[in-house]
Amino acid sequence: MSEEIIKDVIVGEQEDYIINMGPQHPSTHGVLRLEVCLKGETVKYLIPHVGYIHRGIEKMCEANTYQQIIHLTDRMDYLSAHMNNEAVCMVVENAMQVKVPERVKYIRTILNELNRLASHQLWWCAFGMDLGALTSFFYGLRDREMILDIFEESFGSRLLHSFNTPGGLMHDVHPNFQNRIKEFIKYFRKKLPEYDQLLTGNVIFQNRAIGIGLMSKETAIGYGVTGPSGRGSGFSCDVRKIAPYGAYDKVQFNEILATEGDVFARYKVRMAEMWESMNILEQLVDNIPEGDFTAKMKPIIKLPAGEYFQRVETARGELAVYVVSDGNKSPYRMKFRTPNFSNLFVMNEISAGCKIADLIAISGSLDLVIPDIDR
Amino acid sequence: MLNKEELTDIIRSFEPEVEFPEGKQLLEVIVPAEKLFTLAEKLKSDSKTAFNYLITMTAVDFLTQMTVVYHLESTEFRHLIVLKSVLSDRENPAIDSLTALYPTAEYFEREVFDLFGIRFNNHPNMKRLFLEDDYGYPLRKDFRDEINIIER
Repeated sequence: MSEEIIKDVIVGEQEDYIINMGPQHPSTHGVLRLEVCLKGETVKYLIPHVGYIHRGIEKMCEANTYQQIIHLTDRMDYLSAHMNNEAVCMVVENAMQVKVPERVKYIRTILNELNRLASHQLWWCAFGMDLGALTSFFYGLRDREMILDIFEESFGSRLLHSFNTPGGLMHDVHPNFQNRIKEFIKYFRKKLPEYDQLLTGNVIFQNRAIGIGLMSKETAIGYGVTGPSGRGSGFSCDVRKIAPYGAYDKVQFNEILATEGDVFARYKVRMAEMWESMNILEQLVDNIPEGDFTAKMKPIIKLPAGEYFQRVETARGELAVYVVSDGNKSPYRMKFRTPNFSNLFVMNEISAGCKIADLIAISGSLDLVIPDIDR
Repeated sequence: MLNKEELTDIIRSFEPEVEFPEGKQLLEVIVPAEKLFTLAEKLKSDSKTAFNYLITMTAVDFLTQMTVVYHLESTEFRHLIVLKSVLSDRENPAIDSLTALYPTAEYFEREVFDLFGIRFNNHPNMKRLFLEDDYGYPLRKDFRDEINIIER
């Protein structure tokens, strides 16, 4: 080897080189390609390439009825399937001015929070595994199984339930529903401190999380980063508080905010949200009013001509649905503002200058679900 | 938080050429395409309106014209408006980019370019986001899907 090459290798003054992370990299949690430009081990910039699983859901909506669209929305953010369903149901109900029974609102809110818990558990175990802690994966999945069993008992499916329908629910919940939730909360209140013991206080984990991937509040607002990722930077963006829907105006809960804006802050927000979700569940589970599980709806739903907008809080941030109707049974145009779309594209901003190993921590802390970006 | 009437007055003082169609839920503002950027700049920087959060941005094809739709919110006051611009040229639709004001607009605009073929002036990277370069613009209403993906 000549001296020049040795010098280049040691000092790292060769030209920048490009590494493609993905589309099948395990830490991207889906089919996403990050084109990373490196100088030595330091990231200079990165370009996300999306579209590998673009299914054209917005175009499919234009050929389907509102009842059929519900089933498409499951497939966007499959870990927040229930919230996605509810967004479409609520936009239809508000447009038609249907009064939804109280029982439906309570059950929907309970399911929202169960779904958020299941999603955060999966995030926690996958995040731990991204950073090399394999045990967390087993802990998280073990507890998530209990929630999925509750879902399976009531809806017959575990992940994509499509349990909501415009006006209410497909059918009433299982008689065991309330008992099993109470059992689960009792169990999980003991298990959640274990999560902290296992990962939160771990020195190796903290060294890889604190001070990494700094995102200021202005960056979060400018890039539209919502959900726990935005709240980790102090951006107050919880739709449950801003524009309460369902039974959220009847429960007491806090919006979790952190101001540090690093990977660890986003981690702390999600952990605290799990406690909040359990608080909300406890306030609701014993107070489900009696009544119908659906409002009376016509078999063919036609929205009055006009434009409608509805936002909900999914496990990853703000989902907004924008519908333009011309009075037919299918929407003229349907747009989903999905949280992950905005959350992904902040990555270049917050990871420039960090090491390539930290990129895994940053993408894990944003909790990306790729089908939600591609739609 | 300002109500609809107060917002209407303030926006009219910023830009007299705007129209306020009867919206069903939110305050809708239609602004001429060439005035969009200056109005958005004022809406963002003025301390009374402070629309600093672009929730979403999209377009709608009405066959005779295209409409670009922006949903803006103020994180301080929590009021929300719908800003619209009508593009009558469907062959070569173009409008100013808002990327300089809202960084998130960069990718929303690339998505709209990809699916509708609307070009954004002064955009840093006007490339398609999801689809290949020779694919048509699928969300246009006159798009024919020849290999029959969508319709049964």
